[in-house]
Amino acid sequence: MVFASVLLGKLSWQVFPKDIVTLGAFVSIVAGGILVAALLTYFKKWGYLWREWLTNTDHKKIGVMYVILSILMLIRGGVDALMMRAQQATAVGASHGVLSSSTFQQVFSAHGTIMIFFAAMGLMFGIINLVVPLQIGTRDVAFPFLNLTSFWLFAAGAILINLSLGIGSFSAAGWLAYPPLSELKYSPSVGIDYWIWTLEIAGIGSLMSGINFLTTIIKNRAPGMTLMKMPLFSWSVLCAMFLVIFAFPILTVTISLLFLDRTLGTHFFTAGGGGNMMMYVNLIWAWGHPEVYILILPAFGVFSEIVSTFSRKKLFGYRTMVWALAAITVLSFSVWVHHFFTMGAGADVNGFFGIMTMIIAIPTGVKIFNWLFTMYKGKIHFNSALYWFFGFVILFTIGGVAGVIMAIPAADFQLHNSLFLVAHFHTMIVSGVLFGYFAGFTYWFPKIFGYKLDEKLGIKTFYLWVIGFILAFFPLYILGFLGATRRINHYAANLGWQPLFIVAGIGAVIIAGGVAMGVWQQIVSYRRRQEYKDKTGDPWNGRTIEWSVPSPAPYYNFKAIPVIHDRDAFWVAKQNHQALVSDDDVVDIILPKRAPVSFILGMCALVFGFAMIWHIWWLVIVSLIAFVVILMVRLNDEKPYEVVTAEDILAHEKSLKTGNVV
Amino acid sequence: MDELEVKTISHKKLLNRLYKKEAPKFFETASFGFFVYLMTDLVLFASLFAVYAVLEGNTFGGPSGQQIFNLNNVLIETLALLTSSFTMGLAILSMKKGHRNKVLLYLVISFLLGAVFLTIEMNEFSHLISIGDSWRRSGFLSAFFVLVGTHGLHITVGLIWMAIMFFKVLKSGLSESNARRLTLMSMFWHFLDIVWIFIFTIVYLYGVLGL
Repeated sequence: MVFASVLLGKLSWQVFPKDIVTLGAFVSIVAGGILVAALLTYFKKWGYLWREWLTNTDHKKIGVMYVILSILMLIRGGVDALMMRAQQATAVGASHGVLSSSTFQQVFSAHGTIMIFFAAMGLMFGIINLVVPLQIGTRDVAFPFLNLTSFWLFAAGAILINLSLGIGSFSAAGWLAYPPLSELKYSPSVGIDYWIWTLEIAGIGSLMSGINFLTTIIKNRAPGMTLMKMPLFSWSVLCAMFLVIFAFPILTVTISLLFLDRTLGTHFFTAGGGGNMMMYVNLIWAWGHPEVYILILPAFGVFSEIVSTFSRKKLFGYRTMVWALAAITVLSFSVWVHHFFTMGAGADVNGFFGIMTMIIAIPTGVKIFNWLFTMYKGKIHFNSALYWFFGFVILFTIGGVAGVIMAIPAADFQLHNSLFLVAHFHTMIVSGVLFGYFAGFTYWFPKIFGYKLDEKLGIKTFYLWVIGFILAFFPLYILGFLGATRRINHYAANLGWQPLFIVAGIGAVIIAGGVAMGVWQQIVSYRRRQEYKDKTGDPWNGRTIEWSVPSPAPYYNFKAIPVIHDRDAFWVAKQNHQALVSDDDVVDIILPKRAPVSFILGMCALVFGFAMIWHIWWLVIVSLIAFVVILMVRLNDEKPYEVVTAEDILAHEKSLKTGNVV
Repeated sequence: MDELEVKTISHKKLLNRLYKKEAPKFFETASFGFFVYLMTDLVLFASLFAVYAVLEGNTFGGPSGQQIFNLNNVLIETLALLTSSFTMGLAILSMKKGHRNKVLLYLVISFLLGAVFLTIEMNEFSHLISIGDSWRRSGFLSAFFVLVGTHGLHITVGLIWMAIMFFKVLKSGLSESNARRLTLMSMFWHFLDIVWIFIFTIVYLYGVLGL
């Protein structure tokens, strides 16, 4: 027995799930994995996958991997959402719904964690990876090996959170795991530990990405591109990455302290022993509020590009846009207490944070008006990417106004933890963040894959999402006013809430239809890729330099790095009938080598996290040593680069023109 | 030599030539990126300082800082660490002048001073644990151990890094890549020094004053 507990820690035969929902989910994920592996073996694609994708440091490939993984996680989180809607639509009066209460708690905890950390963050880093180096005129990010490693840490977190379905259980303490509930005394199972190590690993990946992109934007811009000539999407990313490097260390500290409380018996957030549980809530929101701006700022940037391109006008008020971004960046660190006005910090503190919260609505309003003025008197082209903007601008404003209402502490005492709050932040994150990245994905898709997405299906996807969204979340505003709190798994029949919950459930199903339509759009567009082919590299009559390279963007990005003289450099060049670079500018270059080490490091981190969760101490030590040694061996490589000669580049450009490469 | 071999050799020469051209830019980017990393580490320490400030008074019947801090030891620790920062600076100056042996000498001195610091800290910790005042005792002691311990962990990493750099310089001299790594390492070491000044002031000096 002693031997087994040293070897396996807390693992035993008891850890496998007993309820049918969790087991079914885990079995279907495993079966899906086996199916993909079988298909790869049958088509003999393992080598291709390994060389061209899993170990490739090309930022575009990494971006695509981020997007695919995030969409999978979005579906996983979406299934959680459907289960919650099913539960709340049916658990009334004598009926106790479709889920057991412990499963329900795990489902809402997993839904929040997955959607924020893996769906929204993943889509964000995906789009950033795809676009930023192309937009600022560089061949890759500042640290390509680190970039791939960040992706694999992100993937390790994603795998870990899905493992909790089949081995042990997940956190039942909500997506932010407030103590004292999340302390060992009240949550003795491994659920919280899964939560901690998932976020620890994925969070360090995000932090490293933040450092990487900040450095890339500061140091690697094309010659002549001063900061005030930088396209607005890159500006928004710069601001978001600034927030990442200031906010994510706080997350790392906070959950590490929770880990120490649970594992080594410290007293940071315990109810006794001199701990302070409200300190946890302060710390987690000192990260958490900037986090929501980290998610939304790049979406703002995406919309700025799209509105300007499809209105055929330069962006209205570029400078004010930049200053608005900067103001939001700074202010986002001064509003965190509005997440817990009910803590009882007193009128002065609550008053300060309430006012700061209202102030932050001003730069956001500036941005909304600038987008509208950009469209004013423009030649508007109704592309599906712009549809997402229309949905965003209306819904986001409604959600924003709801937010300003809750910024009034007195009102917040009523609305705190009600479904009104849930409706508010879903409006911001779904119609703000998700719509933004869907729009960006539609917009930049041809640049990465070489063909456009099907317009009609794109518009259908949009309508399903918007109608589903309104049906799913507007009833929650009303329910919140009626007094329904979040995370309830049962309510009395005489409250009369059921019809509204049923409408919300129908809305969720329609959103699921929107997800399915989006997948169908991908399939149809792929089958018609010859028809939708982007032959010019500039399918939307674009303004910024990413549209000056052929589609799909070659692995070296630019045959020669252009010199920038103007904010809309490519647009101006087109007006003057000039090319940004010519074949004479092409020279021999070096590009980073593939990095299988990144994948191995990610897997070491996965094993490390798993061993930490289950207290398998020997495996903790082994995986940690493996991680450090492998990293050092890699860092010992003096020149992890390979040569691409001018002839290679010119030959590749020629093949892109004749269309021999798909 | 067959054709393929000729091609590989010329390819390698081309890589060396192109890399040499890019090297100053890589150096600059790496220094900047590493500096940004240090700033994230600073935010990490800032959070731990905030935690310490909140929990400092929560002794929960256990000892307060006034009762357990020994300023004599802390003074020796501080002097050791500050001097090692100075000798690290001398190592970088010698590196810039190309004096390989001096670099090695200063690395050894910095390492030994860092080891002195770490030994005293370990002694302090083990003493506290042995008299029953571990991190389990109270919120204050949890915050103390984790803040000072995190710094100590960083010092340990720094010492390992220094040892590796010693052998690298011994083996391949002051090559371009070694110079880059030495520069980053010295940034890391000075950074830990600055964090220690704050620990020294906020944890130990204020603690002993009992403010």
